[in-house]
Amino acid sequence: MSEQVEHLIRKEYAAGFHTAIESETLPPGLNEDVVRFISAKKDEPEWMLEWRLQAFRAWQEMEEPDWAHVNYPPVDYQSISYYSAPKSMDDRPKSLDEVDPELLATYEKLGIPLHEQEMLAGVAMDVVFDSVSVVTTFREKLSEAGVIFCSISEAIEKYPELVKKYLGSVVPQKDNYFAALNSAVFSDGSFVYIPKGVRCPMELSTYFRINEQNTGQFERTLIVAEEGSHVSYLEGCTAPMRDENQLHAAVVELVACDRAEIKYSTVQNWYPGDAEGKGGIYNFVTKRGVCHESAKISWTQVETGSAVTWKYPSCVLRGDNSVGEFYSVALTNNMQQADTGTKMIHIGKNTRSTIIAKGISAGRSDSSYRGLVRMNPGADGARNFTQCDSLLIGDQCGAHTFPYIESKNPSAVIEHEATTSKVSDDQMFLCAQRGLDPEKAVSMIVNGFCRDVFKELPMEFAVEAGKLLEVSLEGSVG
Amino acid sequence: MLRIDNLHASVEDKQILKGLSLEVKPGEVHAIMGPNGAGKSTLGNVLSGRDGYEVGEGVVEFNGKNLLELEVEERAREGLFLAFQYPVEIPGVSNMEFLKVSVDAVRKHKGLPELSSVEFMKLARATSQKVKLDQAFLKRGVNEGFSGGEKKRNEILQMMLLEPSLCILDETDSGLDIDALQTVADGVNAMRNEDRSFIVVTHYQRLLDYIVPDYVHVLADGKIVKSGDKSLAKELEAKGYGWLEGGVA
Repeated sequence: MSEQVEHLIRKEYAAGFHTAIESETLPPGLNEDVVRFISAKKDEPEWMLEWRLQAFRAWQEMEEPDWAHVNYPPVDYQSISYYSAPKSMDDRPKSLDEVDPELLATYEKLGIPLHEQEMLAGVAMDVVFDSVSVVTTFREKLSEAGVIFCSISEAIEKYPELVKKYLGSVVPQKDNYFAALNSAVFSDGSFVYIPKGVRCPMELSTYFRINEQNTGQFERTLIVAEEGSHVSYLEGCTAPMRDENQLHAAVVELVACDRAEIKYSTVQNWYPGDAEGKGGIYNFVTKRGVCHESAKISWTQVETGSAVTWKYPSCVLRGDNSVGEFYSVALTNNMQQADTGTKMIHIGKNTRSTIIAKGISAGRSDSSYRGLVRMNPGADGARNFTQCDSLLIGDQCGAHTFPYIESKNPSAVIEHEATTSKVSDDQMFLCAQRGLDPEKAVSMIVNGFCRDVFKELPMEFAVEAGKLLEVSLEGSVG
Repeated sequence: MLRIDNLHASVEDKQILKGLSLEVKPGEVHAIMGPNGAGKSTLGNVLSGRDGYEVGEGVVEFNGKNLLELEVEERAREGLFLAFQYPVEIPGVSNMEFLKVSVDAVRKHKGLPELSSVEFMKLARATSQKVKLDQAFLKRGVNEGFSGGEKKRNEILQMMLLEPSLCILDETDSGLDIDALQTVADGVNAMRNEDRSFIVVTHYQRLLDYIVPDYVHVLADGKIVKSGDKSLAKELEAKGYGWLEGGVA
């Protein structure tokens, strides 16, 4: 069996290809002029440029964090280009027909044909190809409901008051090294605004794709759900194969006003590097949401890609009775490293949070769960439940759990459960004896392990997540 | 159906099977009895191709094919089924899903179309009734939190759905109370027909009151030392295994 397994583990990244679309790219390097260039290129108002420059100056004073359980060669921030846009983008396409056919073909290869997505799922797509939003659909239907779903660049232009009010309100410019970098040079991203009492009529979805060589990608996403509103947002990623490490430092900010509910789902499948760990994306992401009274934020993530992942989607439970949830599957194979988890900051009374984290390690990879649950002095009656499960495939991988618990309120209740298990030879033998090939067996066992998380994903995403797991580790059993 | 000739097998360099020969014809039920450590479970594991068993000499022919050359899953698809002594749990994978993918894999091999989900669910529900396993168990994880008896019934459920041509029951009776034993035996008896064969591995004669074998073989020290009809089982119950082991030495 082990030979077969070796072969399967070495299976090449199915989404690895490079699309030859001409790009307008800034030479590598980062200084104030670059920040000014980006801002000018996007015709941004003065206040936005100032905001970026503040962030840049703060970033220059900061040091890259090194506490995560990951190892990678130092990133040379001066060797990265900070702006790239597909050339054909000067004239923004109004519909899919106007989109560069090669771009569409790229999505076809990934098995996520836009047309199908659009029609079958009724999903509005804000597709980010490299750094500029290429096409936005279903805009009209959304605007009927009063929902704003556009690129952040467009929001800066059209809804400056909203952006001014909320940008940086959850993740300040100086929050951390990568957030500061993102604030200085963010290229584009999505902006969502759901007015008071509105239930967004469809799931909002963005597919990201890093395509330009040596281009760091700095997405900025801001979602604001006004009082009593409801929105479900889907983010999915995949990237072409390449040799040089690519830096990705995104920031996502969620604001859930009183009684609002935001569900944010991610399927992340960036190029993880080859079997020896060469290439692959560095994914250093800051995601955080703030919940006001009786509001709810639910993060669900399926992380299968990237060479190095550093990511902790968090909830600040500010308002009384607010709810935070984090459901995560992080899968690492070959030489991948992931340090991911969440932070639940309980400030308001009777706030509740649930954390279900599933880590799967195969090959020589290393996967860590790092989570913080903090009960502030005012968090009377607050509750947290955490469950951390690790599944090991083979005997050369690692799984680690770093739970941090800080309780400053005696009435708060915190529960933590953790398990570590292996895909056993006995399970594999049972499956084989019932006629299943090893690929199918592992994918089924792993999917079973992840079931508690997958059931939190929107239907269409759950299917895709299952497929991703299959591609990422088909049959890898030792 | 199955022809085993002079089979030698070892586990971690320890010789377990030392020249076992056995022929099973279609429709026959063979019971393999023997003392602990005789190699009874090894036989089932070697025939199904489990990792860790090294086959030395010997030939095993199954439906005209060289069984030893096939992968575990290929043997299963060819119609060889092993009911486990200790069925393992697969948490989170629903029994129904597991049964469906198994049946699909076997049907595909036979050139049959996949059953639709609806067809399959009907079939699975009806079959679970036959083995007196509540339908709720179809929705639960494979063997997850099942009692010993429920696990064994689940094995028989799988056997019925997969319709194998050769069923090997590895001490399926161990840990079963009389009611569960009866249910398991009823399942097996219902499946007996002129094309399907069974190898029933057991330590005790008790099971053979319910599943009446055509032949009884005594396995001791890695080979079959005595064969007979069902009356041999009774004799073994009365005399134990000692007289036979002494005889071979």
